[in-house]
Amino acid sequence: MRPYPRGGNALADGAPVPPPQTSRAKASPASRLLRGLLFCIGIGIGVVQAQAIEPLPFQNRAQEVRFQNLTRQLRCLVCQNENLADSNAELARDLRLIVFKLMQEGRSDDQIKQYLVARYSNFVLYDPPLEPGTLLLWFGPPLMLLAGAGVVLVAVRRRRQADAALEPPIDNGDDW
Amino acid sequence: MSRYLPLLGFALLVALFGFGIWWNTQHDPDEVPSPLIDKPAPAFDLPTLDDPAHRVTKASMLGKPYLLNVFASWCVACGEEHPVLMAEGPGLGVPLVGYNYKDKPEDARNWLRAHGNPYDMVIADFPGRTAIDFGVYGAPESFLVDAHGVIRYKHIGPFTPQSIRQELKPAIAALAREDR
Repeated sequence: MRPYPRGGNALADGAPVPPPQTSRAKASPASRLLRGLLFCIGIGIGVVQAQAIEPLPFQNRAQEVRFQNLTRQLRCLVCQNENLADSNAELARDLRLIVFKLMQEGRSDDQIKQYLVARYSNFVLYDPPLEPGTLLLWFGPPLMLLAGAGVVLVAVRRRRQADAALEPPIDNGDDW
Repeated sequence: MSRYLPLLGFALLVALFGFGIWWNTQHDPDEVPSPLIDKPAPAFDLPTLDDPAHRVTKASMLGKPYLLNVFASWCVACGEEHPVLMAEGPGLGVPLVGYNYKDKPEDARNWLRAHGNPYDMVIADFPGRTAIDFGVYGAPESFLVDAHGVIRYKHIGPFTPQSIRQELKPAIAALAREDR
């Protein structure tokens, strides 16, 4: 494979006449990339700002971060695959306002969660608590993993026994 | 025997997925179980739709069971439920109390005028704040509240003649038996 000429790129390779503004053209892929990156970052910032759907008068930045964290752990009940922080549903907006108000009253995150659970059950929590009804949810996956490991173990052992019984290993000096 | 192991695994998967499909036809996955069943209804203090000066409270409703039906003129499913309530409401044996949710009063009044009013009384919650205390997350929803102000049964989504016959009427009958 032929290496690309130094200082060139795949597209410029074989171009008969260099474009007039050579120096700019040479810098262009990098600067275009940079511009693209800046554009993406700009969009990212726009999205982040759009998440704070209604401006709330937070006391300080720490409280705002706490609010964002908490609402991200709570499920919107209308559109159940969204959290409270992201949802545009009217009920989600009302619940965000309630979370905000409870925060201003000095309630802890747990107390706020409890407030919502008392009205909407554990359904509002993305992280379900450990209780009899959720035992399978919590311990199901590790149990499946253990069961899978057990099956593999049994299969391997059985195959090894079968191999040993059928043809005892012959060491004729070859590696294979 | 071990030849049939993959078939067995396949059959187990089929059984599992089949069970999933069956389960989802029996249950509405969007239904949020209410933690308020058999708990006292939240205190409320709301105006009636017709007279904002007239307020209805939880205390003023004590003494007799009633069915609280959350509805709104903007709610499509409420339009589906409405003829059922018109037909079955009078035969329920408990007062039907409309809970107008996040609705402009004139919209609600026009809606009731156009389609008929199945309610014995309509209370209005325009901001929807009290509805959150009831755990309302949509309309229609219905709560059967007993004479002591305890929520005994909740129905999410529109009532059908079938669900009224199979769920609501037995729940009301159970309340009537208690009182005797």
